[in-house]
Amino acid sequence: MGPVTANLTLALVAGALIACGVYLITERSLSRILIGVVLASNGVNVLFLVASGPAGGAPIIGLTPGPQMSDPLPQAMVLTAIVITLSVAAFVMTMAYRSFQINGDDEVADDVEDARIAELARADLASESYEEMGFSDTGEDVVSE
Amino acid sequence: MLMALIAAHLGLAVCAPLLARVLGQRTFLLAALAPATAFAMLVGLGPTVLSGGVVVETLEWIPALGVALDFRIGLVQWLLSLVVTGIGAVVLAYCRWYFEADPPQARVVGLLTAFCAAMIGLVTADDLVVVYVFWEATTVFSYLLIGHDPTRRANRSAALTALIVTTTGGLAMLVGLLALGHAAGTYSLAAIVAAPPSGPVVAVAALLVLVGALSKSALVPFHFWLPGAMAAPTPISAYLHAAAMVKAGVYLVAVLAPALAASPGWRPAVWVLGALTLFLGGWRALRQDDLKLLLAYGTVSQLGLLVLLLGTGTRAAALGGLAMVLAHALFKATLFLVVGVVDHSAGTRQLSQLSGLHRRLPVTAVVAAVAAASMAGLPPTIGFMAKEAGLEGLTNLALTGDGTGIAPVPGWALVAVVVVGSAITVAYSLRFWWGAFGPKPGVAPSGLAHPPSAGFAAGPVLLALASLAAGFVPGPLTAVLQPYAQTLATGEESHGLVLVPSPGAPLYASLIAIVAGAVLFWQRERIAAVQQTFPAVPAAADLYRTTMRGLDRLAVEVTDRTQRGSLASYVGTILVVLTGALAVTLAGIRDWPAVHLADNAGQVMVGLLVVVAGFLVATSRGRLRALVLLGVAGYGTAVLFLLHGAPDLALTQVLVETVSLLVFLLVLRKLPKYFTERPLTSGRWWRVLISAATGVAFTLVAVLMIGSRTATPVSAPYPEVAKSFGYGNNIVNVVLVDTRAWDTIGEIAVLSIAATGVASLIFLRGRASRVRRADLDPLRGWLRGSRVLPPGERSLMFEVVTRLLFPLMMIVSVYLLVAGHNLPGGGFAGGLVAGTALLVRYLAGGGSELDEAMPIPAGVLLGSGLVVSVLTAITPLSVGGLIFQSYDVYLRVPGWESLATPWGSWTLLGDIHLVSSTAFDIGVYLVVLGMMLDLGRSLGSGIDVQARDGLTPAPEPESNRAIPGRRWDR
Repeated sequence: MGPVTANLTLALVAGALIACGVYLITERSLSRILIGVVLASNGVNVLFLVASGPAGGAPIIGLTPGPQMSDPLPQAMVLTAIVITLSVAAFVMTMAYRSFQINGDDEVADDVEDARIAELARADLASESYEEMGFSDTGEDVVSE
Repeated sequence: MLMALIAAHLGLAVCAPLLARVLGQRTFLLAALAPATAFAMLVGLGPTVLSGGVVVETLEWIPALGVALDFRIGLVQWLLSLVVTGIGAVVLAYCRWYFEADPPQARVVGLLTAFCAAMIGLVTADDLVVVYVFWEATTVFSYLLIGHDPTRRANRSAALTALIVTTTGGLAMLVGLLALGHAAGTYSLAAIVAAPPSGPVVAVAALLVLVGALSKSALVPFHFWLPGAMAAPTPISAYLHAAAMVKAGVYLVAVLAPALAASPGWRPAVWVLGALTLFLGGWRALRQDDLKLLLAYGTVSQLGLLVLLLGTGTRAAALGGLAMVLAHALFKATLFLVVGVVDHSAGTRQLSQLSGLHRRLPVTAVVAAVAAASMAGLPPTIGFMAKEAGLEGLTNLALTGDGTGIAPVPGWALVAVVVVGSAITVAYSLRFWWGAFGPKPGVAPSGLAHPPSAGFAAGPVLLALASLAAGFVPGPLTAVLQPYAQTLATGEESHGLVLVPSPGAPLYASLIAIVAGAVLFWQRERIAAVQQTFPAVPAAADLYRTTMRGLDRLAVEVTDRTQRGSLASYVGTILVVLTGALAVTLAGIRDWPAVHLADNAGQVMVGLLVVVAGFLVATSRGRLRALVLLGVAGYGTAVLFLLHGAPDLALTQVLVETVSLLVFLLVLRKLPKYFTERPLTSGRWWRVLISAATGVAFTLVAVLMIGSRTATPVSAPYPEVAKSFGYGNNIVNVVLVDTRAWDTIGEIAVLSIAATGVASLIFLRGRASRVRRADLDPLRGWLRGSRVLPPGERSLMFEVVTRLLFPLMMIVSVYLLVAGHNLPGGGFAGGLVAGTALLVRYLAGGGSELDEAMPIPAGVLLGSGLVVSVLTAITPLSVGGLIFQSYDVYLRVPGWESLATPWGSWTLLGDIHLVSSTAFDIGVYLVVLGMMLDLGRSLGSGIDVQARDGLTPAPEPESNRAIPGRRWDR
């Protein structure tokens, strides 16, 4: 096996798609996040192509002689990823729809629970699950079954 | 044998809920048989153990780490396991009557039996890691048993406190045990004791182990969890928190003392903390009004004495200590069970409310007197002899140092503290008996709510008899215990246990303690007044409370600082860290692989197109525009796949792009034209920076990755193997359905879940379990289902095309499915084509047309697809193959091989080559089809129905907002 060199075009395409995807993923609008995820996963799939070595013939026996085949293993992995992206995208799209149905927008709001914890922190309070120890041996608070 | 017994306990514990349903409270009696059997077996081992032998059982557990289930019963292990099983059996039997008035206690039966198993394992395991596992198991069962009634705050706090204190100590102990094992080169307890390691690491390890032992045995400063644990029902307190679990720490000290007592810091720690605990526990016991709490503080005090004696590591003290372990288990369990009887019979256990019970419960009163005498160290009980032996060991220490090097002043101080502690013990023993049974002036004589039944009272009687009987056999008892004392290298040998001691320091000390104790009891009013005048010192419990609150506050502050609740900021943080880490790594790399522009010119052109499309997607404000451009980027990627030599990927990508475009458009019709604008745009340039950095980092990683491609790829033999094992020519498909079929199983499971998720977001209460087809007249037409649509929404042209296209698409999908094993295609591609055909039917004729096209619920398709796949996976097992093994067969249908025509022979079916993994691909096909159907029904017909009911959001024209749908709950 000779020295393998990197395919610059594919590397750049992968990087560009991931960059565009990441830009959208850091948005607040759920449909934009979804589009970002799809873009970024396309980019990652291209990344697999770069890593899988040089281009070649289709990995089908009888069609391409063995040494000229492209590597089939990464292709199988990417195929799985493509279909999963579809199902995830459909799910997130439905979530965006539902968000519009309920709120009239599809913004990913800040977590309410975190806001409550921030309030506790500002007021120097313990968490809500904290419980003072409820028994003592002074006789006032007798331990009973 | 031993392991089988432990397993039997656990089995019984698991079955307890079922048994309790049938047997009720009698389950306790059945469960008591387990420890009773173990007890009998241990008695059977007696001759072996007493003649100096050991019983060993081994089962490999984690050979790679050298951890084995080694059990080794020597003398100490034998004695402790007798205590654990014997008292366990008595307590379990006692529970049958204790809980008589309560509903069946399946939980208590199960937990107590399981606890018993853990305890037997703990005191017999030889491997330090196994010891630790059992150790923590007892902690967990103790937690569950103390939290008997989780609705009560006292139970909750007590359970949690016990858990936190003992596991904290347990963790310190784990570190100590591991260090000890590492230093010794073996994790066998016996081997470590036989050849103790030494050095500074071992000294620290010994102290860490001591921390664990002291926390478990409730010594100062960890003592406060034990009184709280009295919130558990009395039999549980008797077993866990008097006889068994709290002895775990004492056991460990006893076993390790021969090896570690001389380790620096060990003896001072044991002496100071033991003496402090002895005094403090007794002092607090003197002022308790609750009999159970009185006993609990008494236990704390006695545990201090036990650790003090056994930890000293001299022969005489060890003999006294070991005798004391037996004595304490017997009398303390008796007294707790007596409290249970009193509590249930008289309805209270506050000693200020009890009076004159000795007339009502004469037998129990005598039993309590015997046990209390043993506790106070009065002859002729085992408690007296044990305390005498212990005092002998300590006076030896004070007189000569006894090989420990202790100076006379601290030696005598130790004796003095123990004498004072013993006096207090005498006082609270008297207080206990007087409190429970004695007549009190000014208190009305207690009546009996329920006279105790014979079985209820039998348990304490049995244990008290043992306390008494042991007092009359000092000789044999000495013979039993002495071999342990002889394993210690330090100190004079003891005179042994004696019923009538000869005059000497120990006897005088005993006498002083008894007389002083009697005086303390006699002057109890005055003592109580004196106790009142002591200044309140910050107790360990307060420290614990402050620590826990501080910990909680810290958690709140840290959560506040780190969890801001904004998804974007989390993702941003992750990406910054990722990019930063990559940058650091990439900066240090010297040898970069060479690059070439592209494999072919097409890649450059298509790549450019994809990048431009991606950039435009990111900057689009309009929803539709973004989706169309996203499609362009996706199709472009498909072309890149094709140019790379991956036709399967290209095919799937094209299909997926088409389907996602369709699905997105279905949803998009109800969403506003523009994306929701962010109120904050200040972060935009920051986001650009992060995304650009991420993109650059990934480009560089991509370039770098190829340089790591130096080994022969895993897939190198695939062309061979695909044919010989997978019987297919399309290697990618063989990888999916055979070589890496586990991945595919996982994937179709994800598809099913996502499809179900989509359906549940639209239908909320579950999708229909059967499809109701619209009642349509059988008149002929292009599409039957479209007739329910209003005429304005129908398109004749579309209906005609659909009618013609649908059968063709279905044939193509089946072709892709079948041919996929040898040519591009497969279950995914086939399923996607069939699903697209369904979506086309929906688009042309609406929801009822979709039902016409596929009158089966999506769930049925998803489920049967998963079933088919799993069956394909496991069927080879039935013929002696491996999971996912593939088989092939050639079929020839007679008469259909070929068709003879005047122009020659045409091949019709030929030899049909069937491969079993095609069945797996059929499963995949069904799942993908089911998912597509779910998408069509939910996002297509489902949204149509919601639109009819006014539930869909209504986009405001030229805006980025919508009016929400009518609320669901109305």
